[in-house]
Amino acid sequence: MSERVAVRKTYKLFIGGKFPRSESGRSYLVQSSNVSLASRKDARDAVVAARAAVKGWAGATAYNRGQILYRVAEMLEGRREQFVALGVPGDEVDAAIDRWVWYAGWSDKLPQVYGGANPVAGPYFNLSAPEPTGVVAVVAPETPALLGLVSVIAPAIVTGNTVVVAASPAQPLAAVTLAEVLATSDLPGGVVNILTGRLAETVPTLAAHMDVNAIDLTGVTDAELAADLEVKAAQNLKRVLRPAQADHDWTADPGITRMTTLLETKTVWHPKGV
Amino acid sequence: MTATATSARSDLSELGRSETALRTFLHGLPGVDQVGAEQRAAQLGTRSIKTTAKAQAIDLAIRMVDLTTLEGADTPGKVRALAAKALRPDPADPTCPHVGAVCVYPAMVPYVAEVLRGSGVHLASVATAFPSGQAPLEVKLADTRAAVAAGADEIDMVINRGAFLAGRYQEVYDEIVATKEACGDAHLKVILETGELATYDNVRRASWLAMLAGGDFIKTSTGKVPVAATLPVTLVMLEAVRDFRAATGRQVGVKPAGGIKNTKDAIKYLVMVNETVGADWLDPDWFRFGASSLLNDLLMQRTKLTTGVYSGPDYFTLD
Amino acid sequence: MFEYAPAPESRSVVDIKTSYGLFVDGEFADPADGGTFKSINPASEEVLAEVAEAGAQDVDRAVRAARQAYEKVWGPMPGRDRAKYLFRIARIIQERSRELAVLESLDNGKPIKESRDVDLPLVAAHFFYYAGWADKLPHAGFGPDPKPLGVAAQVIPWNFPLLMLAWKIAPALAAGNTVVLKPAETTPLTALLFAEICQQAELPAGVVNIVTGAGETGRALVEHPGVDKVAFTGSTEVGRAIARSVAGTRKKLTLELGGKAANIVFDDAPVDQAVEGIVNGIFFNQGHVCCAGSRLLVQESVADRVLESLKRRMAQLRVGDPLDKNTDIGAINSAAQLERIRELSDAGSAEGAERWSPPCELPERGFWFAPTIFTGVTQAHRVAREEIFGPVLSVLTFRTPAEAVEKANNTPYGLSAGIWTDKGSRILWMADRLRAGVVWANTFNKFDPTSPFGGYKESGYGREGGRHGLEGYLNV
Repeated sequence: MSERVAVRKTYKLFIGGKFPRSESGRSYLVQSSNVSLASRKDARDAVVAARAAVKGWAGATAYNRGQILYRVAEMLEGRREQFVALGVPGDEVDAAIDRWVWYAGWSDKLPQVYGGANPVAGPYFNLSAPEPTGVVAVVAPETPALLGLVSVIAPAIVTGNTVVVAASPAQPLAAVTLAEVLATSDLPGGVVNILTGRLAETVPTLAAHMDVNAIDLTGVTDAELAADLEVKAAQNLKRVLRPAQADHDWTADPGITRMTTLLETKTVWHPKGV
Repeated sequence: MTATATSARSDLSELGRSETALRTFLHGLPGVDQVGAEQRAAQLGTRSIKTTAKAQAIDLAIRMVDLTTLEGADTPGKVRALAAKALRPDPADPTCPHVGAVCVYPAMVPYVAEVLRGSGVHLASVATAFPSGQAPLEVKLADTRAAVAAGADEIDMVINRGAFLAGRYQEVYDEIVATKEACGDAHLKVILETGELATYDNVRRASWLAMLAGGDFIKTSTGKVPVAATLPVTLVMLEAVRDFRAATGRQVGVKPAGGIKNTKDAIKYLVMVNETVGADWLDPDWFRFGASSLLNDLLMQRTKLTTGVYSGPDYFTLD
Repeated sequence: MFEYAPAPESRSVVDIKTSYGLFVDGEFADPADGGTFKSINPASEEVLAEVAEAGAQDVDRAVRAARQAYEKVWGPMPGRDRAKYLFRIARIIQERSRELAVLESLDNGKPIKESRDVDLPLVAAHFFYYAGWADKLPHAGFGPDPKPLGVAAQVIPWNFPLLMLAWKIAPALAAGNTVVLKPAETTPLTALLFAEICQQAELPAGVVNIVTGAGETGRALVEHPGVDKVAFTGSTEVGRAIARSVAGTRKKLTLELGGKAANIVFDDAPVDQAVEGIVNGIFFNQGHVCCAGSRLLVQESVADRVLESLKRRMAQLRVGDPLDKNTDIGAINSAAQLERIRELSDAGSAEGAERWSPPCELPERGFWFAPTIFTGVTQAHRVAREEIFGPVLSVLTFRTPAEAVEKANNTPYGLSAGIWTDKGSRILWMADRLRAGVVWANTFNKFDPTSPFGGYKESGYGREGGRHGLEGYLNV
């Protein structure tokens, strides 16, 4: 009996809930696999998918979003060994799952913590509530491959945004595997879109895209590129999360700024009368 | 059919034939936002009326006063004195105009009529079991006829607030129509008693109901309940007469009554008339103040404008 | 006819100096290169004062003074003491409010009734509100020990000169920052009077610095490497440039920019109040309001009747001397702004929209523009897309709530919106869908220090007012 020949996995992009190859037909060899090399057009398609998903996802109840995110954590837990097999340390996988659970619980709490009634000096009901900003482009940190990725995706989507994520070019397999988790977790297609490949190719397109509302530059380590992306983002006044400091501690309590930067506060007034 | 201005005149005379038609119409009027209406009224109250404008406003306000006494203790002597004051509010100054009308109870009408005859000052009488209106319709109509017969040329009636608040619009309508008929040639002022109507939506509906039924004037209050005329209530009523004229071509007057005690307040009302319905209503035929103590303050301010010194109550008659 | 006699507010309550220096490190000082510019009264074109123009060197000196004050005095000072200085300032503003209101109307052209009844009360309230936060920051929801950022560079517009100063300075100081503020070049005078108020309050030197000048001064300030925070209110175009200029730095940025708000009137609206809201929405402050309701979206079934009421109401607007207490619409702030309003209005006519203004006599001297509405406007017209920042309303119609939302949101801006309807559930449905930072339902143009204000999309980011307003000045 000869040894069984393994079935290898093809690592593809994740756009609109589907796993297409790059429209450019290109791939690059990384982590011993051929991974799709996303093009500018793939970035554009991902934005279209993300925009299409905003209405349903932002319009879902906070409870529903919380349930779906928690479902993602359940699926992650089941795939723990798969991530370990990709070289992600076991405790990083655990931390990533715990972080996902932490964010899942925020869905129906952040609006209470970050909004509320304002005691205006007049006969008015006045309420401030946060709303998702819309489509967020995210540059995932190069490392830690899974915890870093989870720590930028979950805070963006838990409040109702949809994202286009540029995965770590050097460690994209965790991102594609996470996409497989997301695809089997009731998360509507298009809420998370993941591009693999070279940042310099996709991210400037996202930063300049006029139908993207915010950009998270966390994973950009090249200061010049970061500044250039911020300049591009200014064209339609995207909300910007600047690059993480080099010594950022991904295991620390992340706080809520990552969520609140990607929110808009809407304040509604109404007179009180009979 | 909608309430606000439409260029085409509408025939609304059929509405009074059915409760359903009345209700549908009155409840189809645009709502009034309390906070917005009160803010608009307050804003108009910040107009600064000085010098020549103030002098003009004071004389106009004097001519618009319905000099009123509605007390159980009223006597022929008391109302004669009041009527005399109506004719010559400031005995020291012959340029001072006379007031618009004297307003008394029906029993006092004959005594006032003696004094006012031929003067151009109108004689108003409250009627219809004023102030509560809680009497059988026949009694109310007899009350009205008696006042007219005694010499009143204006009748201030009260609507049946109970029926209005209970939604029996037809009943309220019919009473106004009957009273109008009982008035003959006398002008009918319909008192809505807005302090009991509770909401501006009700004030707007009651205003339209009174106008549809034939009232010549709509009046805020009897002066006998805690909340009398206010600027926002008057604003809503002015909007109603404006829209009613636009819809039907018929002009109806407005009379805020009760609680207007000084010149400053009166001028706020005139500003409101000016900027809500315009010059057509800036005339005693179309706008009146139901008041008593207001007159003396107007006279004091008038004296101040002519003499440059502040006057005091000792220099004006207390009637 | 009832003609209101002139009722001018006396300008003798305010003592305008012939020239003003820069307010740096607690003292008024001449600019390094001696440059000056003139501030004029837009209602008469009379020169009110000569004002120093700060160059790069002056800005540098101001930033250093602010840094010094931050490190030595204001940063280490306990919150309760910072609070007391802010309370003092609030009180002095109340005490000198008539003087400030008159000066604001003189320099800006806005009617005295607005500077007196809207601007000044809000200015004092803003300082009063944030004063109370200074010693309660650990309870503001930004962690147990939120830290200030350092030196804040603040650039404000000319439409609400003192109010925008208050929106900027009060939260910055409460959070423990020091500031360098540049008022608009056409309206520097109340900021300079505010500097005197800081002196009167004995605010430590360098905590507030005021540098006057035009765009170049502003650029030097926001680009100065010594500032930690940039806050700007003004046009989207300049906001974009500032966002680019801080790219790659660690300067925290908040932007409050332009708008093209939809004021949506349904067929069941309380129509008289809606008309007031439309008028207030677009003619308040001559329409020089970033959140102005400059697009009226009226349901087709009531469009004629609403327009008829609106025109009747517009005919009552009194345009003229800003110091007259009965003036509703004052002067356009500058010749340049008047030119822009004219240019866009002419474009409206040229593009086929129907233009209407009530009969109204405009003064000979000064900058004036009659209240104007355009009907028959479509989404494609320039007057429906570009911010005019003047007393010009574009009227569009819609048939269904969904269409109203679609049209309201069909703009790169997202600052404010108005909804007029008597149906509560419709208000909430609409409010959920409108992409705007402030939604006024059955009211318009209401402001309060406790109420966060700021935009979506190209109307900027960050919020001013309320607890939210602290966030832009804390290191969170």
